[in-house]
Amino acid sequence: MRPEDRLEKKHPMEEFLRMDRMPHIWCSGCGIGIVVTSFIEALQKSEINPDKVCVVSGIGCTGRVAGYLRLDSFHTTHGRPIPFATGLKLANPDLKVVVFSGDGDIVGIGGNHFIHAARRNMDLVVICVNNFNYAMTGGQVAATSPIGANLSTAPYGNFEYPFNLPYLAEACGATYVARWTCLHIRRLTKSIQEALQKRGFSFIEVITPCVTLYARRNRLGDGLNLLRYYYENSEIRHGADTRTLDIGYQGKIIVGKFVDIEKPTFLDCMNNHLRKVLGNKYQPWGVKS
Amino acid sequence: MSVRKKSADPKGVLTGVHYLDGDYAIAEGALAAGCRFFAGYPITPSTETAERFAERIPLVGGVFIQMEDEIASIAALIGASWAGVKSMTVTSGPGFSLMMENIGLACMMEVPIVIANVQRGGPSTGLPTLTGQGDMMQVKWGSHGDYEIIALSPDSPQECFDLTIKAFNLSEMYRVPVFIMTDECVGHMHEKVVIPPAEEIEIIERKWYEGPKDKYLPYQPDVDLVPFMVKAGDGYRFHTTGLTHDQRGYPVINAEAQDWCVRHICDKIRLNADKIIEYKEDETDNAEIVVVSYGITSRVAWKAIQDARKAGIKVGSLRLITVWPFPEKRIEELAGKIKAFVVPEINLGQIKREVERAAKGKAPVYPVSHCGGWVHNPDDILKVIKEAAK
Ligand SMILES: Cc1ncc(C[n+]2csc(CCOP(=O)(O)OP(=O)(O)O)c2C)c(N)n1
Ligand code: SF4
Ligand SMILES: [Mg+2]
Repeated sequence: MRPEDRLEKKHPMEEFLRMDRMPHIWCSGCGIGIVVTSFIEALQKSEINPDKVCVVSGIGCTGRVAGYLRLDSFHTTHGRPIPFATGLKLANPDLKVVVFSGDGDIVGIGGNHFIHAARRNMDLVVICVNNFNYAMTGGQVAATSPIGANLSTAPYGNFEYPFNLPYLAEACGATYVARWTCLHIRRLTKSIQEALQKRGFSFIEVITPCVTLYARRNRLGDGLNLLRYYYENSEIRHGADTRTLDIGYQGKIIVGKFVDIEKPTFLDCMNNHLRKVLGNKYQPWGVKS
Repeated sequence: MSVRKKSADPKGVLTGVHYLDGDYAIAEGALAAGCRFFAGYPITPSTETAERFAERIPLVGGVFIQMEDEIASIAALIGASWAGVKSMTVTSGPGFSLMMENIGLACMMEVPIVIANVQRGGPSTGLPTLTGQGDMMQVKWGSHGDYEIIALSPDSPQECFDLTIKAFNLSEMYRVPVFIMTDECVGHMHEKVVIPPAEEIEIIERKWYEGPKDKYLPYQPDVDLVPFMVKAGDGYRFHTTGLTHDQRGYPVINAEAQDWCVRHICDKIRLNADKIIEYKEDETDNAEIVVVSYGITSRVAWKAIQDARKAGIKVGSLRLITVWPFPEKRIEELAGKIKAFVVPEINLGQIKREVERAAKGKAPVYPVSHCGGWVHNPDDILKVIKEAAK
């Protein structure tokens, strides 16, 4: 059966999905698809020209997102979607560049790029699916794994301190920082939309169930059990002090929008500074005259 | 095949006679070639190229960014190239090692980028301030898997300028990373560099796709095997990946797809090798001995060749401009006619091995190796020429 014969009615998000690549590889009960749905909805609502939107992913279960979105989409190397996106954005400032990848990718192997892109206020939207583990490779311990959680390379439980991602992002200079879980679809969508419509380094962490590895290994139940955990243990606290946002094993998850400030981007700074110093000799880049 | 040629954008061309070092000449060559994006990380002896670019690009229009490391630098180049802007970086040994994984990505995604490696003594931190030619095999084989790249080797600041333009042209033409494999000596050597008027500089444009949007396949080979390219943001909504993929750019994880994908990225260079390869010969016609050399070593070898000729030995020279792909046909041809090859290089015999492979046992190959830190003493090369001529 050809994909176009499969359904009489079109999927409402078909314009943004590579239907010729369905079915996707994600496990049933996985939360990544929810974040993708939320992203597409945000994109539709934002009324940004989708032809100008680029999605850049690294490697991992979440890294596969780029391959399913019908946008200019780039599946790069593990940890490197942020510098790749930096090149795209700087070379063509008209593009809206979104990095969509996993926690291991963005703050594990790619942590250095993350902090520097935030420091420079690179005009990127970074969506980080945090499932507390390296899922694609089989559930290894990550920089986000809560203390006490069991992972394949922490078989007696994790004893390393995990990152508090919103705190990290804010400390490095991000101008928009939010955290949601997969349960907060409406709020997540709103955050992605705000980030898409904003200039500057925007960071959205999405706590997402990995049913097959993290949840199974820790006997946390199926996708529904995890959503119930989010429901019972998450608390919306907009504007919370990001220092207070650590996540303990099966502990409370503070969600909300924590940072939303305006600050000149890397390119603004470059153009403003060089124009000031060089005057008319300066050839501005990416500035509409 | 449609190679689109035009003359250089005068904005980037500093026409005139200059006194420049090789590193600066690379930056000027890049600007003349139309490079408008540079991402890099400081490392001796290559930093001057970055410094020159940083100083010049605000006056030309473009971006210079000093990234957090070399991995970020090359990742940014690949992104920038997909946005349609010619991009380059420059580095040396340790930084080059860090770039390896993403060099593979550029080969797999078939993205034109240019990387200059101003070689220093290795391995590891080695000799940061002193010369070497020890990365000649790394440039060909350093990333995992089978792939092909193009590598050029300038012997002077003038050639740094000329070959940087050539590197961009080849890169755009074949959608492949092209390397300028120079060294500390040439990088820091000041000489006369003539920059011609923009209209005399030939620039080869990327093969832009112009057909209907819904028919575009990012990896469909054209007659020259090189697929047409589009830019991000032009509405094609294409996908590209470092995974093994089909002509649509979609990942396909099986042996059949792997066979097509890997052969494709190799064949587009291998089957076009005759068009890519450039070398310079001198008196090879009735030579007994042929000295095969490249980069700074060819200038040192030139003295030895002249001394050997004075001593009555028939010595020819073959200087590699393109080191990869390697001129194996020509080497085999010469091997059938001469007594021996002599290969001086600032490493323990990397290209010597390649000459040996190409000579197929028809002529012996004498290495003149040097671990780096300085160039050869021409007398050491002369000694080996004499020995080979016996
Ligand atoms: C350089 C490199 N090292 C290791 C890997 C193997 N690897 C693939 S995905 C992955 C982890 C992905 O974790 P994360 O980013 O959290 O994504 P998830 O699968 O959890 O969505 C690793 C280590 C790789 N592809 N490249
Ligand atoms: S392994 Fe985990 S993260 Fe990966 S698709 Fe399955 S549930 Fe999702
Ligand atoms: Mg993960």
